[in-house]
Amino acid sequence: MAEPVLSIRDLRKTFGALKATDGVSIDLMPGEIHALIGPNGAGKSTLIHQIAGSIRPDSGSIRFLGQDVGALGVAGRARMGLGRSFQISSLALEFSALRNVMLAVQSRQGSSFRFLKDVLRDRSLTEPAMAALERAGVAARAHVPAAELSHGERRQLEIAIALALGPKAFLLDEPMAGMGPEGSRTLTGFLDGLRQEAPILLVEHDMDAVFALADRISVLVYGRIIASGTVDEIRSHPEVRRAYLGEAA
Amino acid sequence: MSTALLIEQLLNGLQFGVMLFLMAAGLTLIFGVMGLINLAHGSLYMVGAFACAAVAAATGSFWLGLVASLAAAAAAGALVEIVVVRRLYDRDHLDQVLATFALILIFSEGTRWLFGSFPLYLDIPSALSGAVELPGGARYPLYRLAIIGVGIVVAAGLYTLISKTRLGMRIRAGESDREMIGALGVDIRTLYTVVFALGAALAGLAGALVGALQSVQVGMGEPVLILAFVVIVIGGIGSIKGALIGAILVGLVDTLGRFLLPKLFVAFMGPSQGTTMGAAIASMLIYVVMAFILAFRPRGLFSANA
Amino acid sequence: MTRETAIGLFLVAVLLAFPLVASALGEPFYITLATRMAVLALAAVGLNLALGLGGLVSFGHAAFFGIGGYVAGILTSHAFNQEPIFSAPFEFMGSDQMPVVWLFAVLVSALAALPMGAISLRTSGVYFIMITLAFAQMIYYFAMSWPAYGGEDGLPILSRNAFPGLNTANPLSLFAICYGLLMVALLVFAVLRDSRFGAALLASRQNATRLAAVGIAPFPIRLAAFVISAAITGLAGALYADLNRFVSPSMLSWQMSGELIVLVILGGTGRLFGPVAGAMLFVMIEFVLGGITEQWQFFLGLILLGVVLFARGGLVGVLAGKVRHG
Repeated sequence: MAEPVLSIRDLRKTFGALKATDGVSIDLMPGEIHALIGPNGAGKSTLIHQIAGSIRPDSGSIRFLGQDVGALGVAGRARMGLGRSFQISSLALEFSALRNVMLAVQSRQGSSFRFLKDVLRDRSLTEPAMAALERAGVAARAHVPAAELSHGERRQLEIAIALALGPKAFLLDEPMAGMGPEGSRTLTGFLDGLRQEAPILLVEHDMDAVFALADRISVLVYGRIIASGTVDEIRSHPEVRRAYLGEAA
Repeated sequence: MSTALLIEQLLNGLQFGVMLFLMAAGLTLIFGVMGLINLAHGSLYMVGAFACAAVAAATGSFWLGLVASLAAAAAAGALVEIVVVRRLYDRDHLDQVLATFALILIFSEGTRWLFGSFPLYLDIPSALSGAVELPGGARYPLYRLAIIGVGIVVAAGLYTLISKTRLGMRIRAGESDREMIGALGVDIRTLYTVVFALGAALAGLAGALVGALQSVQVGMGEPVLILAFVVIVIGGIGSIKGALIGAILVGLVDTLGRFLLPKLFVAFMGPSQGTTMGAAIASMLIYVVMAFILAFRPRGLFSANA
Repeated sequence: MTRETAIGLFLVAVLLAFPLVASALGEPFYITLATRMAVLALAAVGLNLALGLGGLVSFGHAAFFGIGGYVAGILTSHAFNQEPIFSAPFEFMGSDQMPVVWLFAVLVSALAALPMGAISLRTSGVYFIMITLAFAQMIYYFAMSWPAYGGEDGLPILSRNAFPGLNTANPLSLFAICYGLLMVALLVFAVLRDSRFGAALLASRQNATRLAAVGIAPFPIRLAAFVISAAITGLAGALYADLNRFVSPSMLSWQMSGELIVLVILGGTGRLFGPVAGAMLFVMIEFVLGGITEQWQFFLGLILLGVVLFARGGLVGVLAGKVRHG
């Protein structure tokens, strides 16, 4: 039985009277795509933030690669290999796509306290960055400022950045959001191949993508996991149907 | 050290605090509602003081001067808001700092042009020129007590305005979600001008009141402005309660510090060294306190949400 | 060569030519004017690192300018008066050698910036602006009430410091020294900006969340930038004191902090040659308008307002167009 790459146990987070995360336990196993679905307001974003390190949970544990990462911040967990894409693209907008990815490469290679070499002439940065852009399918736009990229291209850039980190696990927060059918298809295909590199915890609303990609699905409703299993199990699960489709299920 | 002296210093601290509150309340409102950092607030303080002094000299009445100070400061505030500040709401803090810094230069030099570089004098009105007997035997200036009174009235008035009136409701709504109230049909532009003018009037009032204690001159507003910023940073930007508590705290700490620290240091270091050291530390004290508070609570003591 | 670099080099050449011409025409006053431009430009290069590249709106950089100035003043006056600054564990008589004074100015400024930055950088936005202002005010009031070095009246520096091989009393030599240091600082700025450190710093301004998400913590980067920035501005302060033969608390004032920000903005925030353009423009405005009216700052205010509202990129921005980070 393989060790989970990411292991969350009994995570809790309350905001005033609202229980955003109410005792959530999830595992991410090697080589799998584990989708996290749930109606709006279920607390998916809050959960992702806690795993990534930008929100402190009230209680519970988060183990990544066997280590408790509760004390680490966002940067620390990223350095450990937790790659993340954002629901709303978060990029250095003045930088070109290439420079955005180069940041990730630079981080992966070690300290940023290097004061002498010009980054744009540094092959050890530019080459891996271009390679990541190629894999994400957006190399043609490498020198375009991120602000000028289309929505879909920004998504791809986020993926490229996550790739360049050489992550041990991916946290993808609604990567399909705002993509048309063509873009979704391409991205789905891409993510399918990605699972071999590192397992993916995928938060998504696009059910076609979820059913096509997921090895396992967990359903989050009002901060609790009400069901967890394979695609077929979830599809026929009565509580899930009720949560999503109401009584007429 | 006599009780009388201590009480006198305490009251001085309160009075100073009240004056800071008048400045800080406007600043924190403007920041809370419009998200604008306004360095020109000190200039509005100065405008109030000059208007009061000029009108009082012309008419012989301090009270008319006071009315003039409120009107002039509010008018100046409204004018500045409409012509300049409006364009800054969507800009980043650096732009706001620079633009309002530019306004300081314009106001200061403009005032120098109109009134020259020499200070104006403003007399305490005769009705308030007496002194009051305090417990312990000291006599305390009635005027300073009146200022404390004004502060209490203003604080109460602001509280009523913000929590009990429709304008106050809009202000509170504006503080928590600017875009939303626009969508709800509230006339944001007028609201902002009103808030800015209100803050300006408070600053002008403070300037006029203090003008009678010290002199009225160009540049009088900036030291107060900086302290007012310390107040709202300590109290939490956007919080009127924080401004009040912060102001009283700063007023008391500064006044008592200047009074007590030299004595303390003299006890350790002898008269001349002690006085110097004590005075030097006392002048830095409030900034040390601020740094200390921010080290533990980077958003101040009572920060409002945004 | 890009248009921006060409414009920058042109400005730098003008700044060099100006005093040379003045010297040839026998007008030493203009040499001093150019020296003032060079020193203020140097101070602005320091601030540009923190503010332009890092987006750290420090309203307290006068603290470092003043610290540099006072270091120069204290070291020089003790050397002049042959009075030790301290006698234990060894006797330190100050110094009247420029390189020594510069070293101390840089070190003390950097050391002061470390705790100041460590506390200030825990805050952000308006709080950061205010707390940097407050720290500078602390030092300002301290200098005002410390009589040993002049207090409010300031400290005259009776002799100009020496630089090996040059007669520093000669205005042109002093200009050459200041100009040389400015060129070095510009080189340092350019190298830092293009390095990995610079990339992280630029990213921290654009999107600190993104920076952390790739595994680079913004705080240490910003702190390092703040400290280096302080060191450069501190060096400029030492030169300024030496140039004017005078140091006073006004070098520590909030007005000075504002002036430093104005220098950066006028020239173009974040641009390599922005500080040079800004300093030249500012000193020219001060000189030309100041000659017309005492209230020249009124017009400076109008110009500044105009730049902020309409010409956001400063002089270099207007001439060279938008920044391309590549």
